[in-house]
Amino acid sequence: MVQYSSRLDASFAALSDATRRGVIEQLWHGDASISELAERFHMTLTGMKKHVGVLEQAGLVTTEKVGRVRTCRLGAGGLDEEWAWLERHRGVWAARFDALDAVVEELKRKERNDGRK
Amino acid sequence: MVESSKHTTSAERRSDREVVVRRIFDAPVRIVWDAWTRAELFSRWWVPKSSGLKLQSFEQDVRVGGGYRVVFDLGDSKTAAFFGKYLEVQAPSRLSWTNEESEDGAITTITLEEKDGKTHLTLSELYASKEALDRNFGSTEGLPEQFGQLDALLPTLV
Repeated sequence: MVQYSSRLDASFAALSDATRRGVIEQLWHGDASISELAERFHMTLTGMKKHVGVLEQAGLVTTEKVGRVRTCRLGAGGLDEEWAWLERHRGVWAARFDALDAVVEELKRKERNDGRK
Repeated sequence: MVESSKHTTSAERRSDREVVVRRIFDAPVRIVWDAWTRAELFSRWWVPKSSGLKLQSFEQDVRVGGGYRVVFDLGDSKTAAFFGKYLEVQAPSRLSWTNEESEDGAITTITLEEKDGKTHLTLSELYASKEALDRNFGSTEGLPEQFGQLDALLPTLV
């Protein structure tokens, strides 16, 4: 349990940075090399290596060097993919439905006003 | 925040190939139905500001076999289109449509049920297979919200 929570701490500390969250999101789509990630996030190779290092220590990402290319992929200790996916999905609909609330309220007001005429 | 009356949205994976989202609205079903089926209303909420996306155009022909087309403006004169056709139209309680922009597109069905003047909305997205659902991981439509969700979760979990 202690091990588990310290891993979670490391995971969430690693994810407190927007770029690193972006890297995780990117790797959901597929593996990528450090240089691809650096380019994608408009960073230097050194900067991206640091970010990937933090994610790697947290177990969120694993890397493998083949020849001159270091490839990054999501690690086994990553966020539960299904949970993350479902949460993302829920977030999309929640944002939509909050906006729909506003439209619904307006329609209700309009109905009440029309009813009074 | 004066949003105490706001209802929460829940999501669950009902099976290998189906995701279900639920939400309650403080209005009778006829109003919620209108908001889904009148283009001028629908286009006001389908792309919330928090998504960072801009709706370029929306057309719908709400009848069985009729089509819809949502076009997002991605900037730099790039666009992304989402389209399909309506499979079931049972006003004011059931609407079902295809998502044909990708081969893995789900069939989306909403059901609206009125209880005590409130609308209980259930939205199902049914994929052709587990693999099709899994491939939908790649959808970036909700990207900014997803980060928002993580941001919101971090303080409570750390």
